[in-house]
Order: sequence, then C-alpha cells, then structure tokens
Amino acid sequence: MSYFNIIRNGIINENPTFVLMLGMCPTLATTTSAMNGMSMGLATMAVLICTNFVISCLKTITPDKVRIPVFIVVIAAFVTILQMVIKAFLPDVDKALGLFIPLIVVNCVILGRAEAFAAKNSPVAALFDGIGIGLGFTLGLTLLGICREVLGSGAIFGFTLLPETYNILLFVLPPGAFITLGFLIAIVNKLKA
Amino acid sequence: MMKKIESSLTNMVLVLTAVAVIMGAILALVNHATSAPIAQQKEKELNDGIKAVMVCDDIVVAKKDTVRQNDDKGKELTFVIYQTTDKNGQDLGAAVESTTLGFGGNLKVLVGFDAEGTILGYTLLEHAETPGLGAKADKWFQKGQKGDIIGKSPQETLTVSKDGGQVDAITASTITSRAFLLAVNNAYKAYMAVPFTDAETGATSQY
Repeated sequence: MSYFNIIRNGIINENPTFVLMLGMCPTLATTTSAMNGMSMGLATMAVLICTNFVISCLKTITPDKVRIPVFIVVIAAFVTILQMVIKAFLPDVDKALGLFIPLIVVNCVILGRAEAFAAKNSPVAALFDGIGIGLGFTLGLTLLGICREVLGSGAIFGFTLLPETYNILLFVLPPGAFITLGFLIAIVNKLKA
Repeated sequence: MMKKIESSLTNMVLVLTAVAVIMGAILALVNHATSAPIAQQKEKELNDGIKAVMVCDDIVVAKKDTVRQNDDKGKELTFVIYQTTDKNGQDLGAAVESTTLGFGGNLKVLVGFDAEGTILGYTLLEHAETPGLGAKADKWFQKGQKGDIIGKSPQETLTVSKDGGQVDAITASTITSRAFLLAVNNAYKAYMAVPFTDAETGATSQY
C-alpha cells in the first residue's frame, strides 16, 4: 500500500468516526462546538502519530504477552506529554478540553490502531497511518462540532450566524450528539453507496 | 522482518521495565521543561484576571487572604481574597475568588469589589457550563449586557428575576445564573467578613 493510500484509507475507507466507530466517548462529549471538536481531533492526531511510530519501532522487541501493557505505557506517556505542553503553551485549549485530554489514553482509536496497524507494519507506514486516521478523526469531530454548533447555538467557530431565538438547545446537550452523529453516519453511508 | 522475541518471563519483565523507565525519563524531562511556563501561565492568568475585574491597570496585590466559611448547609467554602492598592498604597478594594457548584461542575468566579463592596467587574476563572448556554455567563453579567451586575452591591443579596430578584438570568440557563450570583454573594460576604487591616497586623482571617 502506498503512503498516499494509507492516508486516504484513514480518512475515507476506515474513517474512525463514521466507519470504524471508534473513540465514541470523546466524539460525543467534546463536539459541543466546532472549535472544541477540532482541537480534540488534532490533540488525538498528535498522540496517534507519536504512539503509532514508537509502537511500530518497538514491535520486534515486544513479547506478545505484554504487548498491551507496553502499548498503554507508551500511549499514557505521550498523552501526559501532550497535556503538559498544552497547559504550558495553549492555555485556551486547556480551558476548553482540560478534562478530556487525559482521557485520550483510553481512546479506542489509539489502542486500536496500535494493535491493528502499528504492531504489524513498518514505522514509516505506521506514521502515515497515524496521520490518516488522525485526519479522519479530526474531520469527523469537526463536522459533528459544526453541525451541533450551528443547530444548537446558531454559530460556527464562534461566529454568530442566527439570532438566539432560532437555537435548538437539544443539539448542544448530549442527546443532540447521538442524533447528529446518527444522521451524519447515514449521510456518509448514502454517499459511499 | 525480524523475528519477535519470545514471551519468556525474563523478556517480559525486561522489556516492560525498560519501556516504563524510558518513558518515565522522557516524562520527567518534559515536566522539567514545562513546569516553569505552566506556573507563569497560571500567574499571568490570575494577574490579568485581577486587573480586569478591578478595572485598573496600575494595581498592586497588597495581601492575599484565604478565608473559609460555612454556607447555610454547613458546607465549607474557600475564598481567596486579593487585597489591592494602587502604587501609593491607597486601598482600591479586593478581588475575591469564589467557587460554587454550577450546572456542569465547579464554577469559579473572580469578582472585584471596591472598598465599599460595590462590584467593579468579574471574570470566570474556571467553569464547565454548557457551551452556548451557561457558558455565556462570561459576558452576560458584564456592563451594558442584559444581566448587568456591575456597579451593584450584593449588600442586598443578588437574585435572578425568576426568584424575585433584580438580575435577568441567562436565557435557558437559570441554574448557571443562580450559581453565578451565589458565587458573587458569597464573595461579598467573605470580603466583608475580613477586617480591614494593614499587612503588618497579620490578621489573615477571623475564622
């Protein structure tokens, strides 16, 4: 598989949000606005690229029986690094996502890709898989965030589009996340069919 | 491809320990590199907050008090009071940090009072309110906005109009509005409870 195909695969054929349906917890919880969704997607992508690469480098020296603990140690370390860097240099992102950053450790996308791709492929391929899946995840979260923000608070990336009277509160709240995600998956499936 | 190493006990212990040690070392390094900027960031945020709520740029924090009070239900509340003065030592009032339970979690507000207890300004230090709804509290109660509380004094407890008060609650976010006003009222009480003293008497708190 060429590197371009790996990226394309991550964004379209195996999009983590719309096709693999992995990492649903951050997907539903952080997409209350387009900006939050995008930040979460990019944060996850940063972690995914690093962990995929390192895990792929470690694959030959990792005994099979302890591979999951090794993966988790690597993932947890990178997430903590990311959290410290965000706290230090991006205080606004930290305010919006603070609570959800540590939870990237248990994001199925990361462990799933480590197990399904990084542990079987070369480090460079794993790096590109991280970029592809990361972009796919970011795209999914941003799209969901945009829909929920427009419908729920009449704004997009913080810019007001509709006056307050037209807002549908439901879409900002958790049930709206499920409803929007369901419709988006239906639309994506329709387009792919 | 190189052959995987065997899952023998020695191999497993060695690899896992090595990975943990290396990752721990990297973490220690990053922590060392970021701890100073993080502390700076926090301090800057607090200083900016104090300047913003006191509506004054030339300001000196003369004294920092931590006050603990019990609310009606006996729950302990902690307030941090930053007594401020201008450059000549003239008392300008205080910025008070107050925390209540909002709709989505803790709501931490920094409120600026002048020496008489009139509200000069406020800012949200920490909140978990719903975006687009309760999260609007950062602007809603500012000067000229619908729920303007600037210039009012919580001597007479501030309440939302739904509860017979004089402040308009955020549309569809009455719980956040109540929590916010409670934080402001509590901050006022805590501020008034601290005796005006010079820094040298060292009376930090009467509780």
